[in-house]
Amino acid sequence: MKVKLRNPDRTVEVSGPTNVRALLEELGIVPEAVLVIRDATLLTRDEDVFEDDEIEVRPVLSGGAR
Amino acid sequence: MKCKVCRDRAVIDIRRHNAGFCKDHFLEHLTGQVAKTIKEFSMFESDDRLLVAVSGGKDSLALWDILLNLGYDATGFYLDLGIGAYSRASKDASVSFAEQRSAKLIVRSLAQEHGLTVPELSKLTGRVPCSGCGLNKRYEFNRAALEEGFDVLVTGHNLDDEVATLFGNVLHWNVDMLGRQAPVLEERALEESGTALVRKVKPLVRVAERETAAYALLRGIDYIVEECPLVEGNVQHRYKEAITLLEEASPGTKHQMYFGFLKKASHRFQQEPDGAEVVACSTCGAPTAVWDPARAAVCSFCKTKALALKRKSEGSVARPPRKRRTH
Ligand code: SF4
Ligand SMILES: [Zn+2]
Ligand SMILES: [Zn+2]
Repeated sequence: MKVKLRNPDRTVEVSGPTNVRALLEELGIVPEAVLVIRDATLLTRDEDVFEDDEIEVRPVLSGGAR
Repeated sequence: MKCKVCRDRAVIDIRRHNAGFCKDHFLEHLTGQVAKTIKEFSMFESDDRLLVAVSGGKDSLALWDILLNLGYDATGFYLDLGIGAYSRASKDASVSFAEQRSAKLIVRSLAQEHGLTVPELSKLTGRVPCSGCGLNKRYEFNRAALEEGFDVLVTGHNLDDEVATLFGNVLHWNVDMLGRQAPVLEERALEESGTALVRKVKPLVRVAERETAAYALLRGIDYIVEECPLVEGNVQHRYKEAITLLEEASPGTKHQMYFGFLKKASHRFQQEPDGAEVVACSTCGAPTAVWDPARAAVCSFCKTKALALKRKSEGSVARPPRKRRTH
């Protein structure tokens, strides 16, 4: 499946099927630090993801004095 | 995972509440959390005029959306910092949100108001960009709120922001800052100059950053995902990463640290800095703390601006920003 990562924007291939938890583990990403998006909605950790899915992993932590 | 309320498929799990929610119940939950915070800290009343500082990011746009949905009289304020494509994109996001919601947005720019952008300010003063940026934002938000007659300035600081700030203040034992870290900062009026520091509130302190991002996405709010290009090396961001690891291992850590601080510790730090007196800045009139009443009081914004404009006119720049990190 195609996984879009942000900041900087890039796409990586991950083979499926798997679930969100395992996908993030494979990418070395802490689940609390991101949202996992498919078809403009969100996936919880236990959701399955499939070979022809397009997934976005979007970081949620921002920096800077505000 | 199932929604705690309706047992439908959940779109988000909030582990510190031990709950999953479907889209509709999540939006309802988050709105409820904000309403509860506003009430708990008596932030404002339904007839107050609110000025919401919007950056085009998820937190401020989600907050503005929630305040409008709750029926508050909330006007947006966007400050153009002059950070190239990033500022243009963040302004577009703020303007289109305002149009979609038919909400009023005030736009000002640092270049127009003061003849300086954030990157220029950093170059001219030799300070890291975030430090001058933060100073300018605080000053301009306050000035806009006063000039346009708003009762309260509302900012989108979320639980992660507050915990990271608290963490940094504790690491450095920054006791003055600890005394001022609160969800509500009361107004301070100065009679002799007719100016004030407006009341400032943070209705998102109970909400994690991940939840404001989820809210914005599920509401179809087109916020800017990209980071400010000047954020690199920002220590606040590293604190957040460290704290997120703790939260991942024990959900509820962030909430406990922040609300524990408010309940058990913050009052111990609340006192005026020794011998300081709050007087009007001799240049702009804004309230500013002075330690030596015999010297003319100039606020740090006016000092920084004067220095930067002087160097700009001389065509000189400071040495490159020091490596020291400011937050
Ligand atoms: S990252 Fe720093 S310079 Fe960029 S907007 Fe935030 S505070 Fe300003
Ligand atoms: Zn539900
Ligand atoms: Zn001043």
